[in-house]
Amino acid sequence: MDTKVKLDKLNVYFGQNHAVKAVTMDFRANSVTAIIGPSGCGKSTVLRSINRMHDLTPGARVTGSVVFDEMDIYDRGIDPVLIRRKIGMVFQKPNPFPAMSIYDNVIAGYRLNGRIARSEADEIVESSLQRVALWDEVKDRLRANSMELSGGQQQRLCIARTIAVKPEVILMDEPASALDPISTLKIEELIEELKEKYTIIIVTHNMQQAARVSDVTAFFYMGDLIECGETKKIFTTPDRKQTEDYITGRFG
Amino acid sequence: MTGLAWRKAKNGIMTLMMAGFTLALLIPLVLIFVHIVRMGFSSISFDFFTQIPKPTGEAGGGMANGIFGSAILIALAGALGIPVGVFGAIYLSEYGGNRIANFIRFAADVLSGIPSIITGMVAYTLLVVPFKGFSALAGACALSLIMIPIVLRTTEEQLKLVPTSLREAALALGVPLWRTTLKVTLRSAMKGVMTGILLAVARIAGETAPLLFTALGNQFWSRKLTEPMAAMPLQIFNFAISPYEDWHRLAWAGALVLVTLMFALSLTARYFGREKRYNP
Repeated sequence: MDTKVKLDKLNVYFGQNHAVKAVTMDFRANSVTAIIGPSGCGKSTVLRSINRMHDLTPGARVTGSVVFDEMDIYDRGIDPVLIRRKIGMVFQKPNPFPAMSIYDNVIAGYRLNGRIARSEADEIVESSLQRVALWDEVKDRLRANSMELSGGQQQRLCIARTIAVKPEVILMDEPASALDPISTLKIEELIEELKEKYTIIIVTHNMQQAARVSDVTAFFYMGDLIECGETKKIFTTPDRKQTEDYITGRFG
Repeated sequence: MTGLAWRKAKNGIMTLMMAGFTLALLIPLVLIFVHIVRMGFSSISFDFFTQIPKPTGEAGGGMANGIFGSAILIALAGALGIPVGVFGAIYLSEYGGNRIANFIRFAADVLSGIPSIITGMVAYTLLVVPFKGFSALAGACALSLIMIPIVLRTTEEQLKLVPTSLREAALALGVPLWRTTLKVTLRSAMKGVMTGILLAVARIAGETAPLLFTALGNQFWSRKLTEPMAAMPLQIFNFAISPYEDWHRLAWAGALVLVTLMFALSLTARYFGREKRYNP
């Protein structure tokens, strides 16, 4: 299978703190890769370096390369704004724009960047909400404020907003950790469907979730990539002792 | 006395003391307001808002030119001061590096602590002397210097209250930082920013000292920005120190209108500031 994103000796520093240490790994196209590991192991930091979200963090420094479709996104002359349109992100806490309606949230990626024809916007909103299975729940109140939705609905709205701008990769930073079990299940089913069209990289605290949704799992510890492989193998016969200890709950 | 009774007594004494101090705080405000209303209310008439001051000895007359002049001065000062304050705050909160931002913050704090008469002198030296004449423009510049640090600091505080998650949401959609700042961050903070601007306007509406040797004031209609212009605080000042009974009455009426205006502005600002803020 094709490689969509490739990390090559990726290092991330926050001031003196070396948060991610020379990580090299591939992310396959149209599959789900889970990044697991204990708190503070650098998994979110890796994720955020894939769409250059660290650019705005004071004191953050990235070395090495992140290759997306043959292109190093940290090259000079690469516009991070264009990268983020190709590589979208869903955050831990649902973060719809509070002042906007459901409709406006979905189309925000276009509206915030300029104008868009009404008919085209209608189409994008409907198809994006359909894709995240939210359309039937909200089609009669698209003008309602997005904050009226439940947490799980808000998170699906955020995913709809992300896929509305037609990315190729979707980064998810613990997308279900703030949700109840039923909403979590819905998000997981959604991830399963989305991988047909998108490459998905998901950070999760929840090992069962990683085992359920992912094709490939990467285990991080203290900023190092310890092991990366087929999810089935990682969860049954890992090569490294540390991985086994973590997965069996002996630490972390 | 048992322990419990003594504890209850202490509680009562302390509560009484606090009520007393609160009252002491309220008394001057109430006294000022009551006095101004008593002295000024009888002199407020339709003429007060439509006529310019009459020569001494003639009855009637009003402060229409002062009200008009104040409106012009405040509008001009706002046009100069609000953009500088708001965009400066955006720089501090969204773009600034640590060292430069800290220096600007410090400078703004010092600027807001400078006595307003000094601000007037600076405007006099830089804008009145070189152009050989008092002018409304010089007055507006002096007022805007007072406005800038207030608007800057309140706007910065409001921008910092906008959750990072909202900025990141927009950035992750491929929206450039400048658009994110204007359309998401600033818009979310708009209510608080408006409150800060209103408070700054209330502050400069009553400033007299910076206008004394910049806008100077006069007794007739003046529409040219390059010439002296009347303003309410100046007229109150001039009328109050004059020896004429008629003018004293006008001064009281002017004081009442000015205080009412500031009261209304503060209330509006409070009303805007009170509205519920979204907390994720």
